Amino acid sequence: MPEPWSEDAALVARCRKGDDGAWRELVERFSRYVYAICTQGFRLSERDSEDVFQEVFARTYEHLGRLRDDAAIRPWLAQLTRRLCIDSLRGSRREQPTDEAEFDVPEVDVRLERLDEALDVHQALDRLGGDCRDILDRFFARDESYKTIGDALDLPSGTIASRISRCLSKLRAALEGRKPRIAASGESVTR
Amino acid sequence: MERLADALSALPPAPEAWVRAAQELPALRGLLDEIVERIEQDVEFRRRAVADLEAALRAEGYEPDPALVAALRHRLEPR
Repeated sequence: MPEPWSEDAALVARCRKGDDGAWRELVERFSRYVYAICTQGFRLSERDSEDVFQEVFARTYEHLGRLRDDAAIRPWLAQLTRRLCIDSLRGSRREQPTDEAEFDVPEVDVRLERLDEALDVHQALDRLGGDCRDILDRFFARDESYKTIGDALDLPSGTIASRISRCLSKLRAALEGRKPRIAASGESVTR
Repeated sequence: MERLADALSALPPAPEAWVRAAQELPALRGLLDEIVERIEQDVEFRRRAVADLEAALRAEGYEPDPALVAALRHRLEPR
């Protein structure tokens, strides 16, 4: 199975050839990551986050042809989002002079590292496919109830908890060997 | 497992409208070219666009959706 970065490289190559479907896929693949960097990493307001989010993808669209390494789209996007978030914060504090180092605080780095790790997990989930992807995404990322998930996927809501548990085990197995820091935990789900 | 659950919870979907707008960037290409050309040729439109891009677009009959405004800002910024 190809690694995520080689899938990213293939996707960027398709975008560069003018494949609009590939562009939609690229936005879909990284939209959560960019959104989370804005809202969780830098804690921008919803309005500023939207501006940064659109600016990130506008610049990405313009610059895809000049990327030196297609496989590096993910760190490139992260860096661009980070820079634009800092610009946004600086703009909102225009009255007071600010220093780039002011935003390089350890807490921001910790939050961004956590989001990077979360993206690894989501990419592994995408590769699992099937019901598991839907069920885990709906329960954890979309915060849907058992009933909502059951109704949406036409499954008895009484079976959702056990499916979540099974799917988490499958996801952990898929991550094993690739990301031991995630797979190593033996704790149970507490939600 | 708890760490896995935390990682899954950490990336909620971005608002659908934002994602859709960004996905439609290729379709905006023609419109962007048209607006940039007009701004380059029309001194008054350029002056208003520099002062307040969204208001200038609205005054010219364009819908200033965030993806269009962001793409335009990027195209117009000095290189």
